[in-house]
Amino acid sequence: MARMKFICDAERCIECNGCVTACKNEHEVPWGVNRRRVVTLNDGVPGEKSISVACMHCSDAPCMAVCPTNCFYRTDEGVVLHDKDVCIGCGYCSYACPFGAPQFPGQGTFGVRGKMDKCTFCAGGPEANGSEAEFEKYGRNRLAEGKLPACAEMCSTKALLAGDGDVVADILRARVIQRGKGAEVWGWGTAYGSQQAGQPPKEGKAS
Amino acid sequence: MKHTFHSITHRVVRGAGLCAAVVFLVACGEQPQTPTRLSAAKKDASPVVGTPAEAFKQGSWKSGDANAWNQQLRARANYGMSDYQRVNN
Repeated sequence: MARMKFICDAERCIECNGCVTACKNEHEVPWGVNRRRVVTLNDGVPGEKSISVACMHCSDAPCMAVCPTNCFYRTDEGVVLHDKDVCIGCGYCSYACPFGAPQFPGQGTFGVRGKMDKCTFCAGGPEANGSEAEFEKYGRNRLAEGKLPACAEMCSTKALLAGDGDVVADILRARVIQRGKGAEVWGWGTAYGSQQAGQPPKEGKAS
Repeated sequence: MKHTFHSITHRVVRGAGLCAAVVFLVACGEQPQTPTRLSAAKKDASPVVGTPAEAFKQGSWKSGDANAWNQQLRARANYGMSDYQRVNN
């Protein structure tokens, strides 16, 4: 079974925000909520690097660990999803996440924080695949349509890779060999452990 | 060996005390870290099942065929994201 993962190739990212726009458009994400964003390090300094960041669907997800209502679940494909009907909008997941993925719509009365919203790897939610309810709450279920996440498919330089961990790691490896640099993948170790792509972390070893 | 009433009582009290200590100390033990409680989320259908909106479906994989679905995503990733492979094939 595929293990879905994201890789952002910082050597290729040109900070065009195409991934952010693709995500917002595909899922009709409300104003103020950004499931994906582009972060630039050393902005304006020669050699600056940009990476596209969203939920990394961690192997040992901290959001899952801290959720008091246990609204998170992991699919067989390794995608971390949540049930908005169970979420109480407490925000613990937001503090726990190292990537700042959980987002909260703030259009409620008196600025009340709404249900958490985050990247679904374009896999929808627990509602029926392709249903209107699923789209309203979680957005489009592209995986069930045989497609990959819109952000990666829309990326103009193909900096953002999404799909089975083995496949995307192979693609990146081929690039690194060709260009001879840019092997470091920011966030990979934090999200999936320090092991090789697709390999589960060794028992008893902190990742 | 002689067992006086005093020594038997002492042993019984000591045994009972040990049992009580074990029972009470169990509460101080570490809780298992393995998740015992399943997610409270509703059960989600696998993407392999597909979507009723056939018009949006990509590729020729059959709904429910996990292997075909995997192959579809693999081919799509290689074609769409691997420019080296696309150029060379």
